[in-house]
Amino acid sequence: MLYIKCPYCGLRAQKEFSYGGDATVKRPNINEEVSSEDWDNFVYMRKSPRGKHIELWQHIAGCRQWIKVQRDTATHEIFQTAKVTEEIR
Amino acid sequence: MSQPFRLNKEGLINRNKKISFTFNGKKLFGYEGDTIASALIANGIHLVGRSFKYHRPRGFFGAGVEEPNAKLQVEFNGHSEPNVNATEMELVEGLSATSQNCWPSVNFDVGAINNFLKMFFPAGFYYKTFMWPKSFWYKIYEPFIRKAAGLGVASIEKDKERYEHKFEYCDLLVTGSGPSGLASAYAAAKNGAKVILAEDKPRFGGTLLTDDVSIDNLSGKDWAEKIITELKSMPNVTVKNRSQVFGYYDHNMLVMFERVSDHLEKKSKFTPRQRLWYIRAKETILSTGSIERPIVFGNNDTPGIFLSAAAKEYMKVYGVLVGKKPLIFTNNDSAYETALEFKKNNVEPIILDTREEHSSELIDEAKSKGIDIRFSHGVIVANGYKKVKSAKIGKLNKDKNSFEKIETVDCDCICVSGFWTPSVHLASQSGNKLKYEEKIDAFIPDKKKQHETSVGAANGSFTLEESLKHGFENGSNLSAKITETKTEISIPNVNEKKYGAHDKFWCMPLPKNENPKRFVDFQNDVSVSDIEIALREGYRSIEHVKRYTTLGMATDQGRTSNLNGLQLVSNIENKIVPEVGHTTFRPPFTPITIGTIVGREVGMEYMPTRKTPMHEWHEKNNAVFVDAGAWKRPRYYKLGSETLFEASKREAKNVRENVGICDVTTLGKIDIKGPDAAEFLNRVYTNAWMKLPVGKARYGLMLREDGIVMDDGTTTRISENHYHMTTTTAQAANVLSHLEYYLQIVWPELNVNVVSTTEQWAGAAIAGPKSRDMLSKLYPDLDVSNEALPFMSYKEAEFFGVPSRIFRISFSGELAYEINVKSDHGMFMWEKMMEVGKDFGNQPYGTEALSTLRIEMGHVAGPELDGRTIPSDVSLNGLVSKKKDFIGKNSLGREAFNVESRQKIVGLIPIDRKSSIPEGSHIVQDQNAKLPNPKLGHVSSSCWSVENNNPFSLAIMKDGKNMIGKKFFAVSPLKNKSIEVEVISSHYVDPEGKRVRS
Repeated sequence: MLYIKCPYCGLRAQKEFSYGGDATVKRPNINEEVSSEDWDNFVYMRKSPRGKHIELWQHIAGCRQWIKVQRDTATHEIFQTAKVTEEIR
Repeated sequence: MSQPFRLNKEGLINRNKKISFTFNGKKLFGYEGDTIASALIANGIHLVGRSFKYHRPRGFFGAGVEEPNAKLQVEFNGHSEPNVNATEMELVEGLSATSQNCWPSVNFDVGAINNFLKMFFPAGFYYKTFMWPKSFWYKIYEPFIRKAAGLGVASIEKDKERYEHKFEYCDLLVTGSGPSGLASAYAAAKNGAKVILAEDKPRFGGTLLTDDVSIDNLSGKDWAEKIITELKSMPNVTVKNRSQVFGYYDHNMLVMFERVSDHLEKKSKFTPRQRLWYIRAKETILSTGSIERPIVFGNNDTPGIFLSAAAKEYMKVYGVLVGKKPLIFTNNDSAYETALEFKKNNVEPIILDTREEHSSELIDEAKSKGIDIRFSHGVIVANGYKKVKSAKIGKLNKDKNSFEKIETVDCDCICVSGFWTPSVHLASQSGNKLKYEEKIDAFIPDKKKQHETSVGAANGSFTLEESLKHGFENGSNLSAKITETKTEISIPNVNEKKYGAHDKFWCMPLPKNENPKRFVDFQNDVSVSDIEIALREGYRSIEHVKRYTTLGMATDQGRTSNLNGLQLVSNIENKIVPEVGHTTFRPPFTPITIGTIVGREVGMEYMPTRKTPMHEWHEKNNAVFVDAGAWKRPRYYKLGSETLFEASKREAKNVRENVGICDVTTLGKIDIKGPDAAEFLNRVYTNAWMKLPVGKARYGLMLREDGIVMDDGTTTRISENHYHMTTTTAQAANVLSHLEYYLQIVWPELNVNVVSTTEQWAGAAIAGPKSRDMLSKLYPDLDVSNEALPFMSYKEAEFFGVPSRIFRISFSGELAYEINVKSDHGMFMWEKMMEVGKDFGNQPYGTEALSTLRIEMGHVAGPELDGRTIPSDVSLNGLVSKKKDFIGKNSLGREAFNVESRQKIVGLIPIDRKSSIPEGSHIVQDQNAKLPNPKLGHVSSSCWSVENNNPFSLAIMKDGKNMIGKKFFAVSPLKNKSIEVEVISSHYVDPEGKRVRS
């Protein structure tokens, strides 16, 4: 079971969190024209890297905040966690 | 009542307390502190089971977790457990043990015929033989093979015992209380670290209990006791015996299995039987020690053949002799300690040492005590069927591939030692890639992947001095990093015997013209020849060899067989062991009970139960409940001997004719506040929200970004910046997360807060033509006329002195209202409604009637919004704004969503107006068409229309609207039904929606 550091609550067990996919995907702006290619990329296309991956998790059984987690998809090592308003480098 | 093999004084058992038990029906006794194994051996019993495949007689081989043979069916404390390790299970009064895998008895086992047919049972025998005819496998071959092979029998009784889960955090977890573990725990504890020390056995100390050593002028055992006593007195230390750390998972989480009370005669009602610990450790010390490995020789599985350290443990810990005429067969010095222990107890052993004559501290001591030592000798084959009687021994030639001077010597036990294998299971589970250590012919941990450090024998250090030093150093350094305190500890003086080098010899050659089985893996009956066959047949990867031959599988996980198996493969393949590699170590290290894994999560505690505030009333009034997520909802209220069908028809009919009330508390409710709330709703829902006035409700539809309908519900504007959203019961949690996602990540600039208020409000729907009359009696001071409280409006008013919210919304399609009060007032509200409703013919209705009402109105719900439909599929395109943007809008333009023949919602009625159409039926043109019959759609919801008194269904059908008036078949192979149906509009009742506005 992973041990995830919520930037608001501290280290908590994985079972308090729910996974939310790739955190680097950016939704096209509302009320702005978007090409169907850009839209399809946003809705469907995801990379599935082996190694470092920045992903979203929600602390559903805690503060309910969505957070960013940089995790190795092969070893499950977590390098960094951040608020969604912060950047992970 | 005498125990012929019990020594007079030796051992750590309590001779003042006799414990009686039975074995295969025979009454026996042992002492407190005995295991089943030690008590049986004391009574001279060695034959305890039959082997897996050949049904060969088997006895004890080890003295603990390494035991491959002695698995018994044990009954105690009122339950029966299979595959209990006799060498681990402590004796309790009244325990009854029986042998497994034998019929009619362990002494006379019919299955043993397999042993004489063994040439017909090579590796892969089952795969090769029972191939044909194919249909025989499930019905004949497999059940028969399963009956013939296999271990114990699981109980079919309900397990009445209590099992617990515990979560724990510590700075340092130490797994094993041998010398290196004790030293690590002690050093870390002195640095102020929070330490957990786990020991699998009942007694602490590991090898200190059996080895002839001294530390700081104390015997090993006394030193261990001193350290443990001190550790137990420290508040920052938890010391646990009978606790096996069996799994090493991600992020330094370890799982431990504690046998809390199986050894107790009496326990309190609340004492669990076993406990599962989830331990999150900052650092882990793996002091799991090592396990002796056997030397392979002919008939080496005969009862009476033991690992040499086990024989010593039986003497030193239990005061039991495994035999009175022992042969010690070894390739190293450690077995000499066993020989000396025999000698000390006035038993004359013969040592067969595969090494050439040489000298070492132990060899010299054995010689000086007059022990018969034969160098360059080995056991060729053991004689005796149910117990070893003698052994054919011989002198090995220089190359050790043949022997001379063959003779037979009488013996009643053979104690074998092929050197030591570090227990690297936990290290390997943690992700540590092991490395092969030539010096000890075994794998040891390599680079760390997690915060784990192996010390002592688990790391390949086989001297006490080194183990203690590593233990103290690592315990101190690892904990100092955490506590930032370092207490100096002087490493104690050690007195131990120095071992000479071992012989890299592990398997005796076969004698000429004889072919006795030489077992590598006892538990699975895998012999040298089986592995040879596997390689001959082309299996190369050690993982494949393992699966084909079953080497190293089953409950003992190959603890005594893995390395010998690897040696054999590498010899045949002309490789070195590290090239062959090792198989994967997986948790659990030892078998654990299903009860422990499950813990308290059984029966009612399997998952949380959500009950509405009116639950008790429903119960008292014969509600039959249905699960809606974790909620319990009344499905129908049973009157007399009514069936579900009759009751739901009655309830629905009453709503159409009079008035009914329904508990709608379970609907998801989300409170939305903030100056940008309207803008937010406008983006979340497909329809327009900017102009909804205060005091009005609106039906809304939300999509996923891919255009699929996610949820629907009504949202009401309570005040300028305050909205009350409802969701379906099933989607409540998902919708909240969805809203939070957009507010926190996508549009953080919107000033809006959302919070779930599902539990804060109790809700009741009042539906039916008489609902307004009833409402006027519930709110005598309120104008409830159609003008004052029109469809989709909202009012706040006191409900008999209690604040309440009135929503004029309808799911049933009838004139209807929903009343919300604070949860605490829910029961009050419900009872008042029942009281006042009497005059109007009010009856409560459940989810089944609720479904009937919405289906015949053509209102969609979960079965239609199934994650595959877009708004136009379910006739909700009127709610999709063309003017504004919203979540999922861009996807609605996709080509596939806009083809003319796309699936659409329709209604179905059976031609005979009688046959109910099963939900899930496929709609086909021709019921007799050749398979696969083209599917035109499926039936999503079915009911008995109370309005028209015939069955009615909703279906999602290709080219739906254009099919109206046509006839098809609804086919359900599951129900074995085929019903001719006519396609009609999905709005079967009141298509104009007059009633809700009346």
